[in-house]
Amino acid sequence: MSKFKKKRGASKPEISTASLPDIIFMLLFFFMVVTVMKEAELKVAVKVPSGTELEKLERKSLVSYLYVGKPTLKYQAVYGTAPRLQLNDQLSTVDDIPVYIESERAARNEADKGLITASLRVDQEITMGLVTDVKTELRKSGQLRINYSSTVRARALDQ
Amino acid sequence: MARDREKPSVNASSMADIAFLLLIFFLVTTTIDVDKGIAVKLPPYSEEEPDQLKLKKRNVYRVVVNAQNQLLVRGELQRVATLKENAKRFINNRGVDAEMSESPKRAIISLQNDRGTEYGTYITVYNELKAAYNELWNEAAQAKFGFDYKDLDGEQKKEIQADIPLVISEAEPTGFGKE
Repeated sequence: MSKFKKKRGASKPEISTASLPDIIFMLLFFFMVVTVMKEAELKVAVKVPSGTELEKLERKSLVSYLYVGKPTLKYQAVYGTAPRLQLNDQLSTVDDIPVYIESERAARNEADKGLITASLRVDQEITMGLVTDVKTELRKSGQLRINYSSTVRARALDQ
Repeated sequence: MARDREKPSVNASSMADIAFLLLIFFLVTTTIDVDKGIAVKLPPYSEEEPDQLKLKKRNVYRVVVNAQNQLLVRGELQRVATLKENAKRFINNRGVDAEMSESPKRAIISLQNDRGTEYGTYITVYNELKAAYNELWNEAAQAKFGFDYKDLDGEQKKEIQADIPLVISEAEPTGFGKE
């Protein structure tokens, strides 16, 4: 029986935690790389529609966002409940679109200027009136590449 | 000098805590959502309305969505769920039915909505029309090259698109409904 006798009963074996920082750093770097900071505080409520024929927006740096929806509760007292357009951080009107598009172009490289996509994040419950105005204004500004932001729809349409 | 052998070392046990702190910060701020959507290329702006008078009636597939989110296809009420199949039949008719398109190259889908149409409905309809084209491209790609459309290279994609060009023309919306 002496073979199995504990030799050092007093000292407990400990797991080395020396590599713990390395593991954490690995995770940290992963999240640092995949992190995308929120672009802007949303002042309009946007629940985008769903679809099946979706395409990924390839280069995030070449995307300009336009949000359309009803102002959120916090802003309803000031702006009412009619659908509004949000550019960058503030609620705007369609007349502000040419300036916005121009500033978005100015912020990009010369070579990338033609490749900017306007991502329209529009609430699914608002009517087409404002969306049409936005589209017309984008066409006037020569911003023709657009993308109707949508989520993936899993189920088929009701027959 | 008995002490020389002991090298002084910085206590690194708090390194994990610092890393954790940073990790949690990035965990919280992370949004791993890929941006997806329906890609559309708008036509350049021009003052005049393009005139569709010289188009043959059989080549135009007129889809109208009204302010009550109802769908009118070539003058008849239709459900959104059947739109894709009907549009496919229209585009890929290739002269068979006298009422439908002569060839996919000449087929034009004309989409018109009202200013009071709900955006969600509009997108659903647009999505179905795009799905019709995507399915036709897939079928053509399978028949010609034996692969799905998305697996083709640029040259082959162009070949398919030359045969079945995507033409969804949007007319100026009507303004009957309440916005």
